[in-house]
Parts: sequence; C-alpha cells; structure tokens
Amino acid sequence: METMNIAGKAIELDADGHLANRNDWNENLAREIAAQEGIPELTSPHWAVINFMRTVFEKEGDAPSIRRLTKESGVDTKTLYQLFPKGPAKRAAKIAGLPKPKGCI
Amino acid sequence: MRHMLILGGGTAGTIMANKLASALDERDWRITVVDGTEEHYYQPGFLFVPFGIYRMREIVKPRRQYLPGRIKFVLSGIERIDAEKKTVMLSSGEALRYDCLIIATGADIHPEQIDGLLNEEWGRSKFDFYTPKGADRLAQFLKGWQGGKLVLSIAEMPIKCPVAPLEFLFLADAYFTERGMRDKVDIHLVTPLSGAFTKPVSSRVLGEFLERKGITVTPDFDLGRVDNKEKKLVAWDETEVSYDLLVSIPTNMGNACIARSGMGNELNFVPTNKQTLKADGLEDVFVLGDASNLPSSKAGSVAHFQSEILFQNILEHIEGRPACAHFDGHANCFIESGFGKGLLIDFNYETEPLPGEFPLPGIGPFKLLEESPINHYGKMMFRWVYWNLLLRGMELPIEAEMSMAGKRVR
Ligand SMILES: Cc1cc2nc3c(=O)[nH]c(=O)nc-3n(C[C@H](O)[C@H](O)[C@H](O)COP(=O)(O)OP(=O)(O)OC[C@H]3O[C@@H](n4cnc5c(N)ncnc54)[C@H](O)[C@@H]3O)c2cc1C
Repeated sequence: METMNIAGKAIELDADGHLANRNDWNENLAREIAAQEGIPELTSPHWAVINFMRTVFEKEGDAPSIRRLTKESGVDTKTLYQLFPKGPAKRAAKIAGLPKPKGCI
Repeated sequence: MRHMLILGGGTAGTIMANKLASALDERDWRITVVDGTEEHYYQPGFLFVPFGIYRMREIVKPRRQYLPGRIKFVLSGIERIDAEKKTVMLSSGEALRYDCLIIATGADIHPEQIDGLLNEEWGRSKFDFYTPKGADRLAQFLKGWQGGKLVLSIAEMPIKCPVAPLEFLFLADAYFTERGMRDKVDIHLVTPLSGAFTKPVSSRVLGEFLERKGITVTPDFDLGRVDNKEKKLVAWDETEVSYDLLVSIPTNMGNACIARSGMGNELNFVPTNKQTLKADGLEDVFVLGDASNLPSSKAGSVAHFQSEILFQNILEHIEGRPACAHFDGHANCFIESGFGKGLLIDFNYETEPLPGEFPLPGIGPFKLLEESPINHYGKMMFRWVYWNLLLRGMELPIEAEMSMAGKRVR
C-alpha cells in the first residue's frame, strides 16, 4: 500500500493514488494534494466543485461525471478545465479525497 | 387482469417479452410491448457494414416476428411515463395503465451534444457507424477513399459496446491492408479513457494490439468541439488532433422520453439498483439493458445476463415477495481483431477482464484476451445466436453469473 507523507503523518493511498480512507480527508490535506497535482491555490470556485463532489458521493457512492458537474454545480465545462486542468472529474475527485470515479465500461 | 408493460422492443424488451410470455398465466396477465419502429436491427452487425462484410438488409428483421403470439405489439412513440399514476402516455394519444413496467428504451448517439460535430460535413468527412444510416454512408465513402488520416474519436463515456471502436480500428487496418493501401492511411484512436480500454489488464493487452497494428492512441482527450474549417478535434484543455476522415462515437444518451418523464440522470439513463434492476425510488418499475445507469457494459450479452436476473425478480415481485436475485455486472464480449481472428473478454463489476481460457461445452474453449480464429467464429456465430436463441429468451450455455473457471489470476 502506497502512502503519502503530510505534516509528518503517513496517509494511506489506494491503487489509483487516491486516499484509501475517506475519513483521513480535511481541507489542509486537500490543499496538499492539489499542490502535488499542480494546483498551487484552491480558490472558492475550486471549493464549490470539491464540496459538490463530496455531497454527491456521500449520497450516491460515486463521484459525479463532468456533464453532471456542469449541469448541477453551476460551473461551466470550460471553467472546470481551467480550475482542474487535464481531466477535472478525476482530479477534483482526488483532491476531494474520493476514489477515482468509476465511470462506465 | 393485470398488465405487464414493456417499453422498447429492442434486444432487452424482446428477450423479456419472450421469457414472460411463457411464464405468466394468460388468465392473469396481459403483456404489451411498445416500440416506435417496425425494424429490429442486429446492432453488432453495424460494425461490419462500413467494410462491406455485412449489408444492412442482412442485419434487419421485422420486430413483430420475434414477439410471441400472446404479446400485444403497439407501434407508437413513447411520450412520457407517469410512475405515480402507473400510466404511460404514447405519441398516438393513447394512455396505457400498467401493474408492472419494464423500461427497455436503450441508448442512442447524440452528435448534437458536441459543438461543431453535427453540420453539413456530417456524412461527408465525419461519420458514425452506430446507426444504420451512418454505417451505410461510411461504407459508401470508404469504397472511394484514397487515404489520409483516419481518426476514430470517442466523445465521452459511457458508450454502447465499448469494444466496438477498437474493433472498428482493427477491421480498418485489415480492410486497408487487403486493398493494398495501408501505407496511405494513418489510423488514430482519440479517447477520453487513459488507455485503449477501461480496466488495467485488458487496456494493456488491447493497447499493445493497437501498437502492433500501427494505430496511434491519444488518451485522456476530452472532446470539447470540432473545428470544421481546420478539420481538427479540440479538447477542453485546447489540445488538438487533426483529421481527414473522422469516425465519431458521439455522446450516447438514453431516450428523450426518460427526460420527459423526469426520471433520468444527466445522460437520460434511469437510476437503477445495480443488483435487483429495480428503478430507484419507483414502485413496480424495472429497467433492463442500455436504458439504465448501471456501471456494467451496455451490450446485448449484458442485457441477456440481466434478463435472467430480472426474470426471477419480476416473478418474485408480482407475488409480493422481495426481489432477491442479484446481478453481478457480468459481460462477455467477442472482439473482432481483423484477418479472421478475434479476442474474447469476460468480466463483471468486481473482476476485470483476465487472460486464460473460457470453457464452453461442445464448442470451446475460447481464448480469453488472446487472438485466435475460434474467437472470430464466435463473433460471427453471434448473429445466429442473437436471432435464434438470445432474443427468444432461451438459455445460453453461459451462466448469468460470471465464473472464474479458466481465468489466470496473477
Ligand atoms: C456498433 C455496435 C456494435 C455492437 N456490438 C455488440 C456486440 O458485439 N456484442 C453485444 O453484446 N452488444 C453489442 N452492441 C450493443 C447492443 O446492440 C446493445 O447493447 C443492445 O441492443 C441493447 O439492447 P436494448 O434493448 O437495451 O436497446 P435497443 O436494442 O437499442 O432497443 C431499444 C428500443 O426502444 C425503442 N424506443 C426507445 N425510445 C422509444 C420511444 N420514445 N418510443 C418508442 N420506442 C422507443 C427503440 O426503437 C428500440 O427498438 C453493439 C452496439 C452497436 C451500436
């Protein structure tokens, strides 16, 4: 099991590099993960997306798709890609401490 | 007299109509199937049409011919489902009350969802092969094409038959090779996935396959728009891929009647319990096949496996007992790889496609995740199996629940 060191604490990660235990998550950790993903600062639109993702996950057990994000979070697709470059759904889920979205096969 | 109403007479609706026709007492139940068209297409055949392997008329049959005598077939569009009043409104103006409803309205492509995809170039330099018209037009076009850069683009997931795009590429490689013009065609796959396929082991194996055939993959490409003037795909992050010939798998969505009923998710797929196949939060409503939001593959083989589970659950449900048969997400897909060969993958919600052998009494074993001629025969045989066994709701020699027999786990 991979781990990540934050503030002297080892946090467990899953096979996709996302948090293994959702309970480990807090806002500082989110900032830390974001920095590693190349997002130096989390602004309020970032937080709006992150919180929306966490709410959906809490209720439904899977993170929302980009299409759902733009439809319901009030942030348009273009902006989403600016906030979370290279795959907002996956990235935002990681920062939100959620497993990689299952998507569909 | 109670009423079993099935919306959609495609793969899933037809299978279920056949199963229920022989199980429900005629004195207790009448069964109705509603569909907007008379023609039932064997959709897996669309893949072969662009390459002249099948012609469209070889893969279409009258829908009614596959529905047993006691089933009432209603030819009409479906307007809206009112789950509260247990009534379905049809475009014909008729309203049908039901005691039990099965939604099997499938999924279709929606090129209008991508900026710049649907315009006068659609059918000229940009094609689909997921519709009869699209596959036919592409067949015409390929006959006269002199070569260039062929890009197969998957707009977004999920799509029906997620291996069909790969099969298209393999067949294109074979087609151009056989016509002595492979060196004039540059073949590309542009996909939102991180690799050739979704799950790690099969993604690697299929990725190696593409590489060996000289097919370039651009992964993680989230299609934002099509620039028709410059003939290029533009991703949301502004990366670009140019094309001469675009073969597109546009956004797949559930039918608009689902949205009109206020039932669907953002892609009009009906939220469904992934084990029991009951529609979430609705009484006496079940969902089968591509219409649901299940995280299983949208494929005919999956509709078949689901139908065995749904059949048990419906029989329990109408007796007032809880639905307790559980679907495991089982999928079993032949992958045509060109030059008379094919692969086979078998997987479920939990277990990704693995290599090994797939035992099938009498015919098999088929090779899993490995190329062989017998898998190609399996694929070609599927058309016969589809019309003669699968649609008729017959038992196939493959269990609804996935088995680990023959699979190699590392
Ligand atoms: C190119 C391609 C290749 C494929 N290859 C394979 C393969 O190799 N193996 C495999 O297993 N699967 C394959 N599939 C997938 C398979 O065809 C589908 O998963 C399967 O047909 C789904 O069945 P369904 O009943 O859910 O939907 P469908 O068979 O599409 O049926 C839905 C029906 O509902 C009707 N309907 C919908 N809305 C309305 C309305 N509002 N009013 C009236 N009628 C309505 C439609 O007319 C249609 O007849 C392939 C699909 C494609 C496109």
